[in-house]
Amino acid sequence: MNFEEHAAKPLLQAAGIAVPRGRRARSAGEAEAVAAALGVPVVVKAQVPAGKRGKAGGIRAADDPRAAHDAASAMLGMEIAGHRVASVLVEERAEIAAEYYAAVLNDAASKGPLVMFAPEGGMDVEEIAASMPHRLRRARVDILRGFDLEAARTMLGGLGLGDAEGPIAEALVALYRAWRENDAELLEVNPLARLADGRLVALDCKFTLDDSGVQRRQELARAGSPEPLTALEARGQALGLRYIELDGDIGVLANGAGLTMTTMDVIAHLGGRPANFLEIGGAAYTKARPALELVLDNPRVSCLLVNFCGAFARTDVMIEGMLDAWEALEPSIPVFFSVHGTGSAEARAMLHARLGVRPYGTMDEAIVAAIAAARDAGGAP
Amino acid sequence: MIVRGEERVLVQGITGRQGTYWTGRMQAYGTRVVAGVNPKKAGTRHCSVPVHASAGEAMRETGFDLAVQFIPPLGVRAAAQDAIEAGCRRLVILTEHVPVQDVMEVLAMARANGAAVVGPNTAGLVTPGACFVGFMPASEADVFRPGRVGVISRSGSLGSLICLNLVQAGFGQSAFIGIGGDPIVGTTSRDALEQLDADEGTDAVVIVGEIGGAMEEDAAEYAQGMRKPVVAFIAGSASPAGKKMGHAGAIVMGDRGTYASKRAALEAAGVTVLDTPSGVGPALRAALG
Repeated sequence: MNFEEHAAKPLLQAAGIAVPRGRRARSAGEAEAVAAALGVPVVVKAQVPAGKRGKAGGIRAADDPRAAHDAASAMLGMEIAGHRVASVLVEERAEIAAEYYAAVLNDAASKGPLVMFAPEGGMDVEEIAASMPHRLRRARVDILRGFDLEAARTMLGGLGLGDAEGPIAEALVALYRAWRENDAELLEVNPLARLADGRLVALDCKFTLDDSGVQRRQELARAGSPEPLTALEARGQALGLRYIELDGDIGVLANGAGLTMTTMDVIAHLGGRPANFLEIGGAAYTKARPALELVLDNPRVSCLLVNFCGAFARTDVMIEGMLDAWEALEPSIPVFFSVHGTGSAEARAMLHARLGVRPYGTMDEAIVAAIAAARDAGGAP
Repeated sequence: MIVRGEERVLVQGITGRQGTYWTGRMQAYGTRVVAGVNPKKAGTRHCSVPVHASAGEAMRETGFDLAVQFIPPLGVRAAAQDAIEAGCRRLVILTEHVPVQDVMEVLAMARANGAAVVGPNTAGLVTPGACFVGFMPASEADVFRPGRVGVISRSGSLGSLICLNLVQAGFGQSAFIGIGGDPIVGTTSRDALEQLDADEGTDAVVIVGEIGGAMEEDAAEYAQGMRKPVVAFIAGSASPAGKKMGHAGAIVMGDRGTYASKRAALEAAGVTVLDTPSGVGPALRAALG
């Protein structure tokens, strides 16, 4: 789960890293009032859970409250990286002496935390890595031991930071602590600025909360940005189902993330178009009934493909739930089955008894039949 | 991690609904389940084996070689620590949605104590005809049959489908290694590939991957130097970017973790990459001559 800048910065403050004075505003008038209250030149920043805001016109300097009003007015309602700007952050403008890059993130290669620092900030880390790889420092952290001042000073050695080295080392230790205490997947400060008076201030902050950490960070998660969802996707989420709406016409009901993706892949490979991703594997395998209702409520669906290969998820339980929904809704579209794995003998018997059908011998056969049916329905190109 | 059948297995969380159901399935298949753990039911018996208060107590009183967990996400770190501190050398973590920082701690503890971890978010391990650990359809004869093909999978359901296709094509499996669908796991595709490469019972390997992360690229690097043929299927070619496709690890971010990158790396290493799981039989027949 991503957080907008205004929701991420309090985590830094709580860890002892300074941020500029400022406030969030939801209207141009409010932005003007915030700028007036600050009484100094400001920066107006569009609040969206995405990077590259500057290039999209989402960050502007304003010398007086009227200019802040105009900047906010231009930004509010605009779209940046697929997100509509609903608020701006109005902050005092800093006198910057130097900009740095600092981050703590999950490193799959070392299976632990990674602290990163570069003495040049303000641009993407990818750009830093490409243009000055030797200046981008990385420290792998033993999560059982943590990250202390000594480790921070070691990673900063030889960068020529002068008097700033001590405060930066302290900021990195604080950043690591904030990463650790908030189940962060990524905590990035870019830029971390040294002001003309020597103070270090985080001018921006990107925070991604580990989705598996949400269960113990519910309070924190309320400040995060929910993924933009369609109405059907939101219904799926409320049911505890991962449903992603696609633009095809073949409804897909499968178990397990890998098998569901594969079902979509093979449909596409054989010339069809899947209407959705929806997996009811894992603990969700008992939810076949609401899951099928979800698939069928997409008006583009002209036929249904049921592809089960039970491991943990029992196909007999899934088929029973699916049949309950089918009999209740009496949909008029054709349905094609491939059913294997745990409980498949019982599942096949149930399908025969209640629907009078036998599953196809292979997934490919069921998919070929579904694509032909979708074509007959006039959906395919 | 390849299981052989002689391992003494401890089930953490044996008394729960899933723990009970799958312990029964494992026992029926021949897995040597010797004890379980539930602090509240210590001293009783469940599924015909003694229940202990902790893995430590189980080690002292019964002894075990491998621990498998049927434990809720927020209980995994403590249960794993219990097992590792008890001297457990092999740990299988099935649970999905374990916080990643907990996973990092568990893997660091395991590393420090010389223990191997499979998972989290895995469906487990199967050695057809010998034993299985986790929740796999091992006893379905059309899915698993003893043979000489090793299978590595990030997904239980898709891994099962590949195994089904192998059996339909006349092959059987030497071992199924479910490595799990999380972004950070104890045993990677590459680790499992090295183990199957060294396994005398394995003639060829199938890697079942998916979009997200760099595990397939890593495995490709090792596959390059292998004599045994390697075939791969990567799920997610038709998945939209920027969306988590069910598994926490299955997400394309920018140009990282893409299907194209994985396919290119594997093909450059001489691995046959399949367009559909049903191609696994013909591809293996061609590779094995």
